[in-house]
Amino acid sequence: MSSTVSSATRAPVRDRRTPLTWLKGGGLTNLLFMVPLLVIFGVFSWTPIVQAVVMSVQHTNLVTTPEFVGFANFVHVFNDPTFYTAVQNTGYFALLALVFGFPAPLIAAVLMSEVRRAKGLFSALAYLPVVVPPVVAVLLWKFFYDASPHGVFNTILSWVGIPPQPWIQSATTAMPSLVLEATWAAAGGTIIIYLAALTSVAPELYDAAEVDGAGIWRKIWHVTLPQLRPILLVTLILQIIGTSQVFLEPFLITGGGPANSTITILQLIYSYAFQNSLGGNYGEATALSLLLAAFLAVLSFVYFRATKAWSDN
Amino acid sequence: MTTQTTTAVAPEVLSATGSAAAPARQRRRFLARGPKEADAPDRGIVSAADWHRRSVKASLRPAHILLLVLLVIAGLGPLLWLMKSAITPTQDTLTNPMALFPNGADWSTLSTAWNDPSVGIGQQFLNTLWVATGSWGVQLLVATTGGYALAILRPKYGKIVNGLVLGTLFVPAVVLLVPLYLVVLHPPLLQTSLLNTFWAVWLPAGANAFNILLVTRFFNSLPREIFEAARTDGAGPFRLFWSIVLPMSKPILGVVSVFAIINAWKDYLWPSLVLHDPVVQPLSVRLPLIQSQIQLDVFLAALAISTIIPILLFLVFQGMFLRSAGLGGAVKG
Repeated sequence: MSSTVSSATRAPVRDRRTPLTWLKGGGLTNLLFMVPLLVIFGVFSWTPIVQAVVMSVQHTNLVTTPEFVGFANFVHVFNDPTFYTAVQNTGYFALLALVFGFPAPLIAAVLMSEVRRAKGLFSALAYLPVVVPPVVAVLLWKFFYDASPHGVFNTILSWVGIPPQPWIQSATTAMPSLVLEATWAAAGGTIIIYLAALTSVAPELYDAAEVDGAGIWRKIWHVTLPQLRPILLVTLILQIIGTSQVFLEPFLITGGGPANSTITILQLIYSYAFQNSLGGNYGEATALSLLLAAFLAVLSFVYFRATKAWSDN
Repeated sequence: MTTQTTTAVAPEVLSATGSAAAPARQRRRFLARGPKEADAPDRGIVSAADWHRRSVKASLRPAHILLLVLLVIAGLGPLLWLMKSAITPTQDTLTNPMALFPNGADWSTLSTAWNDPSVGIGQQFLNTLWVATGSWGVQLLVATTGGYALAILRPKYGKIVNGLVLGTLFVPAVVLLVPLYLVVLHPPLLQTSLLNTFWAVWLPAGANAFNILLVTRFFNSLPREIFEAARTDGAGPFRLFWSIVLPMSKPILGVVSVFAIINAWKDYLWPSLVLHDPVVQPLSVRLPLIQSQIQLDVFLAALAISTIIPILLFLVFQGMFLRSAGLGGAVKG
């Protein structure tokens, strides 16, 4: 891709445009300012994207010379039983993340927008978990999830008479535990986005609704939510795209366990490429990452198509 | 490269965020509105008349108090627990994690966590600052020069470059993971690998299309008459860039800086792949590795030390953080 750019940058000789007029017109200065962007994007973005497509149809492990293998990498991925486990787990994580993480920030933001005093205190408290470095948060929650009766969460549960829970030790509770941590870490950001959107709702709309005799609930239902609809639609799909690539929580809290019950697609890509004792299986790793990217692209396309009529009113 | 916050973003996504859709309005908001003001519309859902109704008062007040309590527990609780446990002896934390200093505090954990020759994180703390500073510098250089060329100098091929840059927003970062690793292993034109050097984190961080988008939009919204006037007064493109465009762009450069520093502080997957040597590792990479070789109280102290700086930065620059989150969070995911 970068080669098309550089050939385009060399003054196209057309009519009266010559390299000399290009130079006099500031062409060199323009190019000089463009250089950092072209070099950095060329080397660290455009080339690797093309490289990903090439590698997905090659057998590459850095030891032997790359050879063309067609769709063999994709076939290998589809023949790997762990692939289906990872897809299921990732889907489950994304679904739970929506159930846990979609309504709560919306309710909190609507409530917070009506706070009259110390509004800044509410936003700051909500945003604090977002500021905690994710690795610290994950390691801290791993300790909170200690399954012994002396674990932090189990101690708190014992105050209200609930017996100790296995949390990340059991295949059934491990995934919800991971989602709980992820929701805690991300909800503050979503709340702030909703708050910003709420302030942009035109006050006249509420005035008009009141003239028509609307109460608070009707104002929320007929004014607030329709006004937030575009931003809600966007955060929904972005959350799905983000959670489809979840890595940190399962990697550092459960390591994909117990019994692969929390292994995710990104973790599988990681293990293909970097945890392979026979040398990195880069072809399969890029094949799987392209599959994921293609799925997300199709999903986003269908999603925006399907919701277009709805968001345009 | 921020692998955790990866997104593919469609153009309609950007226009749907509202604040990014109208550059002129966006600039005014950046320049004129303080952090407090931005949160204060003339009125909200509940009208003044509503507030006088007893049923509204009786339900909204408790709801707000309940929300505040929940926010304190969720937002402040884990942090306070971490600060407490960082200076509590291991045995106390293990047997009764919710007790407050049953056998007194032990401040020595903090200095052990910082100084210990094998597991101390003092060096990694400085590395984190260094990683963040370098990533910030590279991102700012690429975004300002590139944005200036694309938005103000506008060469003919600019549209193609802009399209290629924005196109990368559609590509989830997971696609880049392996090929980018191989680029860092064998960079073009250089004879040596970038593994275990800070460049391996700094340079890929610069290829951030979101920064280019933000800066280009902002530069586009600057009044072009000023540039014409400066040119008439004899200012060349370099002078225009340095003395006029950059000083006018402090608000957007602030936003880009916040994102750059925060992302560098947060990132785990990419630095863990390219920085294997503890001497160059940042905190996020080092902390999971030392967990098993270290006493619990010292480990919690290390976690607390790693959290202090981001929290302090947030408390000091709260307004800027929250405005950045409101503006870019929707796009960043």
